[in-house]
Amino acid sequence: MAKRIGMEVSIAASEAVKLADVDLIAAYPITPQTHIVEHLAEVVADGELDAAFVPVESEHSAMSCCIGSSAAGARTFTASSSQGLALMHEMLFIAPAMRLPIVMVVANRALSGPISIWNDHSDIMAEQDIAWIQTFAENGQEVFDLVLHAFRVAEDSKVLLPMIVNMDGFTLSHVIEPIEILDKAEVDKYLPPYKPKVRLDPRKPVSMGLVGVPEIYTEAKKATNEALINSKKVVVKAWKEFGDLFGRYYNPVESYKTEGAEVILITMGSISETAMTAIDKMREKGLPVGLVRFRLWKPFPATEFKKAIAGAQTLAVVDRALSPGGACGPVAEEIKAALYAERGRPKVFNFIAGLGGRDVTVENFEEIVSRAFTYAKKRPKQLYEMIGVREI
Amino acid sequence: MAKIDAIMGWKELDLGCVIRQPGSSRAFKTGDWRSQRPVVDRDKCIKCGLCWVYCPDLSMVPAEEGYYKVNLDYCKGCGICAKECPKDAITMVLEED
Amino acid sequence: MIEIRIHGRGGQGAVTSAELVAIAAIDDGKYAQAFPSFGPERRGAPVAAFIRVSDKPIRTREKVYGPNVVMVLDPSILKIVNVAAGLKDGGTVIINTSKTPEEMARLLNVKAKIATVDATKIAMESMGVPITNTTMLGALLKSTGIVSNDALGKAIDKRFGRIAEKNKTAFNRAMTETIVREA
Ligand code: SF4
Ligand code: SF4
Repeated sequence: MAKRIGMEVSIAASEAVKLADVDLIAAYPITPQTHIVEHLAEVVADGELDAAFVPVESEHSAMSCCIGSSAAGARTFTASSSQGLALMHEMLFIAPAMRLPIVMVVANRALSGPISIWNDHSDIMAEQDIAWIQTFAENGQEVFDLVLHAFRVAEDSKVLLPMIVNMDGFTLSHVIEPIEILDKAEVDKYLPPYKPKVRLDPRKPVSMGLVGVPEIYTEAKKATNEALINSKKVVVKAWKEFGDLFGRYYNPVESYKTEGAEVILITMGSISETAMTAIDKMREKGLPVGLVRFRLWKPFPATEFKKAIAGAQTLAVVDRALSPGGACGPVAEEIKAALYAERGRPKVFNFIAGLGGRDVTVENFEEIVSRAFTYAKKRPKQLYEMIGVREI
Repeated sequence: MAKIDAIMGWKELDLGCVIRQPGSSRAFKTGDWRSQRPVVDRDKCIKCGLCWVYCPDLSMVPAEEGYYKVNLDYCKGCGICAKECPKDAITMVLEED
Repeated sequence: MIEIRIHGRGGQGAVTSAELVAIAAIDDGKYAQAFPSFGPERRGAPVAAFIRVSDKPIRTREKVYGPNVVMVLDPSILKIVNVAAGLKDGGTVIINTSKTPEEMARLLNVKAKIATVDATKIAMESMGVPITNTTMLGALLKSTGIVSNDALGKAIDKRFGRIAEKNKTAFNRAMTETIVREA
């Protein structure tokens, strides 16, 4: 097995892309994603990766270029963040509708305004309905592993959908930490070459991306949605195979010390590690608390989630984005919808934390859990609350 | 032609709604959109071909002796050819006439 | 777990030195994290960088609030930043200064192990530029032994390529010239 080396997480992400031997990268620089494509531009220029690097003039063009590239049957990668992802918005819907397995890393960053370059999940939560498969990484190793997994899943002939690997901007993207980089032969065992079922080829012309008249639009939408829902099977299978090959196993929903837990914290992304440390601390004090994290965000793994939280009376859901004017944060919303029809469903309390780079500390998690215990006895007036906000 | 799109179920759609048969739009006859039809007066025509260039539906087609004629399967009656003809050799006449 | 905070000014290599220590620690078989104080990089502005080193996997993404070690790359920072903020009891402060540890102890008014070295002078003499990060790594190693000399040397070689030798000369001089005063 490969040795762990100290490496910036962004570089690990691009090393995974390089090992996946992509054919085309189209991207526009934006903090905190920049290091990923900067490094890829270097390896392409140095001849280490035989791919086309297209330095486009905007993220809208980046996604358009990726769509064309993927439609031609090329293994295609891009990366973005925040405003860049927002500028891609209209093109993002096209890729799954055309069933193009583009892989994108999003270094999650707050959306303006006010202008913020720092981490939260508001950029990706504004893209909930784009029909891309989405996973969240908790550390650098996972970023590396999930990028390879993304190509494997997206290009599977039963899936053929684009996929996003989310990693927290700065708190992951700019951190040096130990990462085990697989070698090419190992990656090749896991990731076969992409064999498109249909592609643009002048020798065998096809038409793609056509108009969907009212008589067909509904059916087209249903077809893509079914493909997205069904992709979960392949997502899980590809993780199992990854684990069997390399010893690191992943699941759509991950549990930590949930046995006998009355209150379960729900997190997503890199704050999960801090949350584990908080759980350890609280467990030592004898508090019956556990942690459940989403690794797969879309398609929403409702069945796995319900299994993971079974037995808990109270859920404390931490959202890294606000849904202004709404009932609660986006993760809590999804959870509440999934649990509504369940008999004896737990109480769900929602906490918005870590907006625009605000640190989420062990102390914050202790506070959240303690409030959840209190609210379980006496329902709070508000539907959700923002942690650490100065109420003056 | 297979089933027409309007009655296809979602399971029958091809991957990403791709259309594999090239030139299938030929099956889509736009001629019945027409309420007026262009008529070429060959006495005025100088065979310049501008009607052929401007027709948005490739419905002005080369004919014998360098003239142009209308393909009524696809001509939708937009009148662009009549407007662009430098010799006013094309007249739009009502279909019912 | 040892937590280190490095203070410097944009362009002095605070982030690079944090990265080198983490890379060396991981090469030593330990677990480590290095990260900057995230934000726009502006030359000359006070910046901080952080390192965590541990024998076990590190499971936190918090910022460093209570460092065991504080390293100051530029003495002029002392006037504008409270470098001892949050320093743990029994901690270590390493400063680039021509003053003695005793003088610094009085100035900072902390009960800590203090190490001083005139890194600017060493950097100027060995490299011809006042970039003190690799020099200060010599002081860090002498006062804490946090990573192996070997692994750090390798990390410096890899990062600096043809100018690695000069950096190592500065680093080695700091290893001998740093004065350490126990708390
Ligand atoms: S009327 Fe319009 S569609 Fe018909 S031939 Fe003229 S230009 Fe073409
Ligand atoms: S544009 Fe008029 S003159 Fe020219 S070819 Fe057509 S009908 Fe004849």
